[in-house]
Amino acid sequence: MNAVVLDHITKTYDAGKVLAVDDVSLEVAAGELFGLIGPDGAGKTSLFRILTTLLLPDKGTASVNGKDCVKDYKAIRRSVGYMPGRFSLYQDLTVAENLHFFATLFGTTIDANYDLIRDIYEQIKPFSDRRAGKLSGGMKQKLALCCALVHKPEVLFLDEPTTGVDAVSRKEFWEMLRTLKQQGITIVVSTPYMDEAMLCERIALIQEGKIMSVDTPANVIATFPVKLYAVKTDNIYRLLTSLREDAAVDSCYAFGEYVHVTFRDDAAPDLRAWQQSLAAKGHGRIEVKAISPTIEDSFIRLMNEKQNV
Amino acid sequence: MSDKVIICEALTKQFGDFVAVNHISFDVGKGEIFGFLGANGAGKTTAMRILCGLSYPSSGKATVAGFDVYKQQESIKKNIGYMSQKFSLYENLTVLENIEFFGGVYGLSSAEIRRRSDRLVNKLGLTQEAKKLVGALPLGWKQKLAFSVAIFHDPQIVFLDEPTGGVDPITRRQFWDMIYEAAAAGITVFVTTHYMDEAEYCNRITVMVDGKVEALDTPGHLKAKFGVGSMDEVFYQLARGAKRSAD
Repeated sequence: MNAVVLDHITKTYDAGKVLAVDDVSLEVAAGELFGLIGPDGAGKTSLFRILTTLLLPDKGTASVNGKDCVKDYKAIRRSVGYMPGRFSLYQDLTVAENLHFFATLFGTTIDANYDLIRDIYEQIKPFSDRRAGKLSGGMKQKLALCCALVHKPEVLFLDEPTTGVDAVSRKEFWEMLRTLKQQGITIVVSTPYMDEAMLCERIALIQEGKIMSVDTPANVIATFPVKLYAVKTDNIYRLLTSLREDAAVDSCYAFGEYVHVTFRDDAAPDLRAWQQSLAAKGHGRIEVKAISPTIEDSFIRLMNEKQNV
Repeated sequence: MSDKVIICEALTKQFGDFVAVNHISFDVGKGEIFGFLGANGAGKTTAMRILCGLSYPSSGKATVAGFDVYKQQESIKKNIGYMSQKFSLYENLTVLENIEFFGGVYGLSSAEIRRRSDRLVNKLGLTQEAKKLVGALPLGWKQKLAFSVAIFHDPQIVFLDEPTGGVDPITRRQFWDMIYEAAAAGITVFVTTHYMDEAEYCNRITVMVDGKVEALDTPGHLKAKFGVGSMDEVFYQLARGAKRSAD
């Protein structure tokens, strides 16, 4: 059985003026680590709130573990864990009090499912008497995750858990998710960081309320329709400016220290002649290499295709 | 030394026993894009507040745009621009009202504000939206407008505190185009980010760890020095040993 099903879900705000979620359908298998990848305003949070029964969709149906998100909301609330994007614990309660509170709310105890949270909770245990409001960002995130797990949910919804968190803490957080997955919990996680998509089993790329692609990260990359090249010169800004006027170039954008380029003549671009033309325009230390795309390349391409339709 | 727009020497800020910024020293050149990286809690915000004239250091020296961070805070504020993801524009004012407001705050005359705002609205392609509330604009446009407002008064330096958080990958790149353009026009850009690919766009990078500057070089040199392929790995190697963590 699929743990999560969205069937033609549409959600608008402001009396229909703002289209937040536009006819979204997707399924998440039980035990899967599934990523919703998209920028702010893509509709990720609306989807989470519909699935956690906090928001009614305008159209379509949604279910979690076979239970309907509208009719069976009480059953769903008991069996899911939800970590919202904004820190939503009680700032004036201590670490231990918050955890105790959430355990009690779900009719359980901290000890009952301690195995599940042990690895994470041990890291913040030295601060168990500190008020949640006084914790650092990384510790707040760990406490929020513990509180979302304390009742041993079957499905865990994490809305942008790594936003605003530094690269080291982000890595640690994904390690925690992998451990949780091994314990059989279905995880749906959203992120605006494209590099984190690779850490999911399957992903949905979402933009302006629409799903652009649902697949494994490897397949998303494999279906990139053209050859991609990375180009570097002594001055990236000047390179970008001249590539935008270059008739041979189909698309170009900065990517780290390189510029990623696709050619109009994708089958047989004359790279040697092209490189010479760059040199003739005064670019120095030219380096061109064929590369495999990343999720971010795919996302950019899908966004451009959508805008050009 | 006239082309150095920021000079820090052993700059330190202590809160009681806690040394938030610990003897940091660096220079930033005119027109440079200077990336200021660090783990959460490394002291970036504290250092940035001192350089923006919002907080006094405990010891050490620093000048920003030629002005002293102890004695000339008000002059510093007039010669810099500041933008952060968290606060940038008033959502309940229109595009034009925001431009007018910030132009006025930075001390431009009404005539000058009018002249420049027409030009800016055209350049951003916001002619249709000029009289709409900023709250109604898509996030990407807000960010671009916020950056334009931060450099509206032609400051010597613009400080950008995580300017591209949550923005889609295309808009993020358009934003960096604007940064490049500003730098090419001679505005120094001092930027913090959590996106390590953006670190590659900077001319030079500092990485702060536990209040100290642990690395300062071009992205290319840093990668070579650590023998890794990306800034992500450089950052990870430097920051994973950090003892502090905070917001």
